Amino acid sequence: MIRLIRRPTPSKFWSWTTPILAVVATMIAGGLLFALLGKPPVEAIRTIFWEPLFGDNADYFRGQLLVKAGPLILIASGLAVGFRAGIWNIGAEGQYIMGAICGAGLALAVYPAESPWLFPAMVIAGAIGGFLWGMIPALLKVWFGTNEILVSLMLVYVAQNLLAYMAFGPMKNPQGMGFPGSRNLQQYPSAFNEELIPGTGAHWGVLAALVAVIAIYVLMQRHIMGFRIRVAGEAPRAARFAGVVPARLVVFCLGLSGALAGLAGMFEVSGPSGQITDGFNAGYGFTAIIVAFLGRLHPVGILLAGLLMALTYIGGDMAQMMLNLPSAAIQVFQGMLLFFLLGFDLLTNYRVRLGGARA
Amino acid sequence: MNRRSFLTTTAATAVAATAGLPLRAAEPMKVGFIYVGPVGDMGWSFQHDQARQAAEKALGGKVKTTYMESVPEGPDAERALTQLALQGNQLIFATSFGYMDAVVNVAKKFPKVKFEHATGYKRADNLGTYDARFYEGRAIQGYLAGKMTKSNKIGYIGSFPIPECVQGINSAFVAARKVNPDVEIKVVWAYTWFDPAKEADAAAALIAEGCDVIMQHTDSTAPQAKAQEAGNVYTFGQASDMSAFAPKPRIGSTIDNWTPYYTKRFTDAVEGKWASDATWGGIASGMVEIGEITSAVPDDVKAGALELKDKIAKGYHPFTGPLNKQDGSVWLKDGETPDDGVIAGMNFYVEGIKAELPK
Repeated sequence: MIRLIRRPTPSKFWSWTTPILAVVATMIAGGLLFALLGKPPVEAIRTIFWEPLFGDNADYFRGQLLVKAGPLILIASGLAVGFRAGIWNIGAEGQYIMGAICGAGLALAVYPAESPWLFPAMVIAGAIGGFLWGMIPALLKVWFGTNEILVSLMLVYVAQNLLAYMAFGPMKNPQGMGFPGSRNLQQYPSAFNEELIPGTGAHWGVLAALVAVIAIYVLMQRHIMGFRIRVAGEAPRAARFAGVVPARLVVFCLGLSGALAGLAGMFEVSGPSGQITDGFNAGYGFTAIIVAFLGRLHPVGILLAGLLMALTYIGGDMAQMMLNLPSAAIQVFQGMLLFFLLGFDLLTNYRVRLGGARA
Repeated sequence: MNRRSFLTTTAATAVAATAGLPLRAAEPMKVGFIYVGPVGDMGWSFQHDQARQAAEKALGGKVKTTYMESVPEGPDAERALTQLALQGNQLIFATSFGYMDAVVNVAKKFPKVKFEHATGYKRADNLGTYDARFYEGRAIQGYLAGKMTKSNKIGYIGSFPIPECVQGINSAFVAARKVNPDVEIKVVWAYTWFDPAKEADAAAALIAEGCDVIMQHTDSTAPQAKAQEAGNVYTFGQASDMSAFAPKPRIGSTIDNWTPYYTKRFTDAVEGKWASDATWGGIASGMVEIGEITSAVPDDVKAGALELKDKIAKGYHPFTGPLNKQDGSVWLKDGETPDDGVIAGMNFYVEGIKAELPK
């Protein structure tokens, strides 16, 4: 018989080992899945994890890795702060959309005026958009004690409908032959979030993600706010005695993660995506939750987890093309990663004992 | 391999290549495709994929094709196209309208690779477009619908209010009105190319409004299934034959047959004769085919429909004046036909359609 014994404190060793175990388990289970589909499993796994980094044309794909990882890291590092404090913002996807709508909306409103101030203004608008969308669950929680998980999640659907309305209505490209979607900001020099160094994939959003990782590391390790957040998450009662005001913490965490998600959306819409379209949000806000946990809610971990997640996207595409894997199999593969991570997390909090209970 | 031997091999390869020596026995030319839906959608993407396979076979080993399915219109399309180009594909087909900006961008980056964009209108030296006159098939559907309806209400599931769909609605309506002056058409916009759930909802809504013939401009068979459930509703196969639903509800179909076109373009590319152009084939050239008209249709109606098909194949234009626009202004005088430019940019309904075209 297998027995689980709760550990007095979560195991440090397992907390850092489980993500690696989860990746390995995903590779094995994914390989099995691919084998069942009649594809060479080792070749498929190699294509996903190796090809984008070191294969032919890796120069291009490494850049694309940054394009995919940038928004994931930016969103996840904000989410992690809240998660550490036990404040669960599940609605980053909505805040991401609102950031994009606000940023792009500003650019489209002044189109075709050119100004060096436009892009910085869009950055601010994007952050404010995400921040305000995050404030809704925060203030409802503070004032009425609502559950921020539900409210923030539901607001994703509200944001999605608003996005569709914008793409089909006010922001539709008047020269688009009736096809929904805004003007392409890539063709609007003042608003275009161009690659900083051509060919690297690194645009302002990637830089912002790196800054966010460092800033949040400093915040969590060196700042009193970080201390409060950690205490609130680990020992809520003790936090009360240490003078932590829960309301302030809720507003701070949801505001910060909302603003960062909004920024990510704004950088995406003005750069790689270029357009407000109905399907603009590609699930970054939800994937970032996986990234945050895969990275153990630690900024550096998130940096690595974001890159790994991006790798499964880019590599997955390559596997689809080179081995004719169905796209749904790749999505299952990504889902397994979270599944195994949560499964193995058991080891962090529990000891596993084999054999019957001793009398 | 050390650096020197690498350099010498590369040099040798280069010399051999310039000298035109067959280093390896004539390698097949690589051709890539991206699809907006899964290859199993049984509609649009399915037809493209069937044609890809048939054309590859026809070329007998001179080309090797690859594809990526379910590629969303947006930044992912740009990456997918770049990936295909980097993998050495010499000819790349982007098979959805919404890939337009992406394919234009990538074609600019790879001037030596040839691109073809289905249903688009932006061209370059290495970027051609191709399209089928689906509206010719719609005329036959309209004829059948006008004859078969008892409620005098025809339903039309539109994908996006772009010229391609507007042509179909107008063409079906004009043909239906000719044989049934009381007929009305109701349009529901699904704003998707492929989404079985949304398509089913749209079909259900149209049936609830009393439509007993339903046409679809979306790619799944979900509307067919809904019609089957309702029992007394007729439908048409869209893009592919959808013969699984014959003889009822599916009483006919418009089939996109891309095989002759792909075979020709593959051959042109292999023989070095490929040049960017705008192809627009119809019933006459075989790009648009009419699937079997089933036994659910009375013989005289079937004969009439086939007669119309022959007429169109011989040059009769489904839009032949006198025709007015929705607002009552004269569009075409008696016997007049529109030029292709007007059809390609069609953004108005003809007189008699009561719906409002989203702008």
